[in-house]
Formats: sequence, structure tokens, C-alpha cells
Amino acid sequence: MTTTPAVAELPARRRPRPTSSAARRKDTLPGILMAAPGVGALAFFVAVPFVLAIVLSLYNVQIASPRPARFVGLLQYERLFTDPIVSGPFFRALLNNLTFAVFVIPVQTGLALLLAVLVNAKLRGVAFFRTLFFMPVVFPMALVAVIWRLILDRSGNGMLNTVLHVLSGGAFGAHDWLGSSSTAMASIIVLSVWQGAGFQMVIILAALQEIPQERYEAASIDRASTFQQFVHITVPGIRNTLVFVTLLTTIFAFRVYDQVYILISTAGANEEATQTVLYQATSSIFDTNNLGRACAITVVFFAIVMVITLVQRRLVRQTEDGA
Amino acid sequence: MAGSTPSAVRDVTVPVRSGRDPRRAGRLGAAVRTYLLLAVAGLLFVAPVYYLVVGSLKPTGEVLDGVRGFLPTGLTLANYEGVFTSLSSDSTGHFLRFVLNSFVISAVVVVGGLVVNSMAAYSLARLDWRGSRVVLTFVVALIIVPFESVAVPLLYLLQGQRNTLLVQAIPFVGNAFSIYLFYTFFLGLSRSIEEAARLDGLGAFGTFRRIVVPNSRPVFATVTILTFMSSWGQFLWPLLTVSEPSVRPLPLELSVFSGQQPVDWGSVFAFGVLLVAPILVVFFAFQRYFVQSVAGSAVKG
Repeated sequence: MTTTPAVAELPARRRPRPTSSAARRKDTLPGILMAAPGVGALAFFVAVPFVLAIVLSLYNVQIASPRPARFVGLLQYERLFTDPIVSGPFFRALLNNLTFAVFVIPVQTGLALLLAVLVNAKLRGVAFFRTLFFMPVVFPMALVAVIWRLILDRSGNGMLNTVLHVLSGGAFGAHDWLGSSSTAMASIIVLSVWQGAGFQMVIILAALQEIPQERYEAASIDRASTFQQFVHITVPGIRNTLVFVTLLTTIFAFRVYDQVYILISTAGANEEATQTVLYQATSSIFDTNNLGRACAITVVFFAIVMVITLVQRRLVRQTEDGA
Repeated sequence: MAGSTPSAVRDVTVPVRSGRDPRRAGRLGAAVRTYLLLAVAGLLFVAPVYYLVVGSLKPTGEVLDGVRGFLPTGLTLANYEGVFTSLSSDSTGHFLRFVLNSFVISAVVVVGGLVVNSMAAYSLARLDWRGSRVVLTFVVALIIVPFESVAVPLLYLLQGQRNTLLVQAIPFVGNAFSIYLFYTFFLGLSRSIEEAARLDGLGAFGTFRRIVVPNSRPVFATVTILTFMSSWGQFLWPLLTVSEPSVRPLPLELSVFSGQQPVDWGSVFAFGVLLVAPILVVFFAFQRYFVQSVAGSAVKG
């Protein structure tokens, strides 16, 4: 990857040659007409609701209700952070997102790095494996959740339970992976890593292929071991990408929703141990029709994503300056 | 940027130089080690997919039945029939209706998105009008707003449109990241042909449609793949806006279907195969594009 992977760095648009005001006038009407549908849609479906989220979070408001919205100031936030009935599950959801991030980031990035190095080997057949590792990325999360729900089934007939039973020579009994509070989040993590690792793999692979081959050739002439080459050539060569992938994964970790909702609502996954911030937002709507609170949660969610993005930009810039 | 090395170069085996090379044995050992790791990782990655496919073809009682669920025995297409027969009334919804819903929604998002986003990007990249810089900044700023953070207020705005196909598609047509992808691609095109066309009297839109679009196949392919992938699997938004089976898309129906008691696991897996089949077809047909698009999309963050 030759370009900086910072979020949406704008390539400098070459200033159009000094234009006569006539040329500008000629372009103005078609320019606005061509931009209008796309930009208009963005304004209406992204920018307006974005502002509306902040506004509605200051109200007590319902969906499909004749009751008028009532201004309540910062009450939603106050309850979210200080009222134990509301803040308990909310903090737990934040903690779950954090737990998810803390485990998924090293596991998934590490696995993706390993896979990328493997499929980057100059060996016959690696393209086949690259396809294999990437394939789960195209699977809709709703399907991934259903497949893994059966693998992790609590009965002695569940695939994982059976395999462990056989491997342990019968010592291992059935375990309720999704239902038990100690393994529910781990289960979500495993299936999410399975689905997502191929994505990180192709990003890292692209970076690996930018490392000049001569460095490896020189190192092997100097009798550097494969491991030494990995530590001294590969890792420094893709450091920026690794930083980038890590932060990307952090943002993903806070957006986790589909698999959590599906497994809680259809597979008896432990709600307390797996609910995420977005799950809290939709629960506020489904369970209590409290749209104001859902908006407040959304605003907090966006603030978190925003902070991560800013950290990402700063870090990427720093490593570039340092490199 | 990403994946610039042609895969053909990567797949070539290392030429073995001479029998006397002292490092030859070591290299062979490394190759064996690599293959071994690839095989183990490959098995772990493919196992759930294999389970899905085999399970969809087995008698439904054997799907959740320990190791037997993994064995390709007693294969039958009954589960696929089961998908159609158990989803064939107005109260459950009709299977083909779900398929149609998903296709219509994805088609509107993909085709509509290609048209409006490429036009907007061209206007921002090439046409000179007052305010275009401000609009560009606005679009780029919106890239970092994840859909999840506008879903709830959007539900409030569009609550009158719930249970329609349109409401499921329309918020995803305008896409800041697609505009950004088109924009960077158009900037990289040579200006000379466009300028010649303009001098010949072709208008801005005509130049775009006749000159720019035909020369921009790669970026249209990338945007198609990325938007189709995300729209086909969309779950959160339909969950918020759809309660009627008649407008339900496939992923949402899969969660409903797999949540009914008693669950017919064979049919659930057959449903799963049918859900992922269209996207796998596109994936295998355009694999290189696919991988590159996804790697390139990472710029988004």
C-alpha cells in the first residue's frame, strides 16, 4: 500500500487551470444538477438524521405514538450514566464492547498477519488458500450467526461439544457455550474473528507485497533466519498498515450488532454477557419504545467512534513522520 | 494501490537451483511447514462452510446430531423443498417473495448508487462551480459517520414509510464513500480527451456519459461489489423498519426462520446456502476484483 491509509485523506485536486468566469458559468448549472441527487441524498439520509439524533436525545419521544415529544433536556444522558436501572445494562454493554475489542484486536490482527504471511509464500496453491481464508468475509453476518449457533449448540449433539467429547476420550461433557456467562462473549469473538480475519488478511497482504524482495535476499545471504527476517524486515515494513488495521478493528468492535442480536433473540445467548451498545439502543426501542434514549445511546456511540478515528489519524500521521 | 502484484507472479514456485545448494533442505522444510500451517488453518476456515453445505443436503434430523452432522451420508434435496413448503403462506411469507425483496432492494441500492454517486463525484472532480469545494468537504466529512449512528433518528424521520421496500433501499443510495472512490478515480483520468470532447461542443453531462463512464470500468466494478455485498447482508435497518413478511428481505427472514420452534435445521441450512449463493457466484466470478475492492475499501475506516 503506497498511499497513506489514513481515513479519507483527500488527494489534492489539481486546481483547474485559471478559469475564465465564462467557463465557470458554463459549468455551474450542470455541476449543481449532477451533484444534487447524490449530495442531496447524503444530506437528507445522513446529515439530517445525524443532527436529529442529538436533538431527539433531548426529548422524551416514541415511535408511532400519538403522544407529542416532550423536551427533557439532558435527562436521557443523566439516566444513562447515573440511574442504576438504566446505567447498569448500559455500562455492561460498554464493557462488553471493550472486552470484545481487547480480545478481537490482537487475535484477529495476529491471525490475519499469520495468514497473510502464509499466503504470501511463493508456493504452488497459495492462491487457493487465499480464497478460502477470504470467503467468510462475503458471508452475511446473519448467516454466520446461524451456522455458529449450531456448532456451539448446548446439547451433547452440538458440533463443538461432540468434537471435544471425542478428543477428550469422553471426559468432556456438554457445555452451553452461548448461554454461559463465562463463554458467551468468547463465542461471539470466535465467530466474528472467523468471519473477519480474511478482510484484515488482504489488507496486510497488500502491504507485504510492497516490501522490496531485495531486502529478504540480502538478509538470507547474511544467513538471517526466517524468524529474524520476519522481525527485522516484515514487521517494520508493514508497521503503518498494522497500526491502521488495529484501529479499523477497534471501530468494528464498537459497531458489533447483528450476531449479538440474532444469538440473543434466537439462540439463548447470555444477554447480559453479550449485549453491546447498539443492542442497548435497539432494545430501548423494541422493549420500551424509548426513542429519546436510543438517540442518546447513538450519540455516545458516535462519540466513541469519533475519538477512535481521531486517534487513528494522529497515530498514522506520527508513524509516517517517524518512519 | 492494493494488490498491485499480479497473482501469477506470486504463484510461481521457487526455482530450485542445484542439488548442491546447502540451503535446499532448509527451504524444503520451510515449504512443508508452510503447507502444514495452511492446511490446518484451511480446515478451520472451511469447516463451518462445509457444515453448512452438507447440513443443507442431509435429513434434517441428522444436522444437529454430533459427528453425524459432518458426514455426507443420505444426501437429499428435501431441505431445499422444505424451504419452499414451510415458507408458503401469507402468515409466514413466501420464500420467493423474500428473494425478490432482497434483489429489488439491492438492485435499487447498487444501480441507483452507481448513477447518483458517480455523477456527484464527476461534478466535484471536474466541473468548476462555486461551492464545489465546500460540498466536497461535506461529503468527505460524512464518510466517518457509520450508518449505525443515524439508524435510530432515520427510523423516526421515515416512520410513515415502514414496511415498504423503498424505505429499505433509499437511505443507502447516496453513499459518501462511493463518491470518494469515484472522485479519486476520476481525478486520475487524463483530462485531455475530456477537454477535447468539451471543445467539440459536448456538454458536461455528455462528456461524463460518453467519455468518462466507458473509461471507468474498474471503479464501477469496485463500487458495485462493495455496495452489493453490504446491501445483500443488511440486517439492522430492516430489523428496525420491517415487521410484515411481505417486504422482509432474506437475512432478516433467516433470523425469523431459525428462531421458530421447532426448528427445521436442514431447511435453515438450505435457506442459508440460498442466501449466500448469489454473493458467492459474484465472488468466484470476479474474485481478483473482489479482494482488491475490499482491500482498497479499507481506506474508509
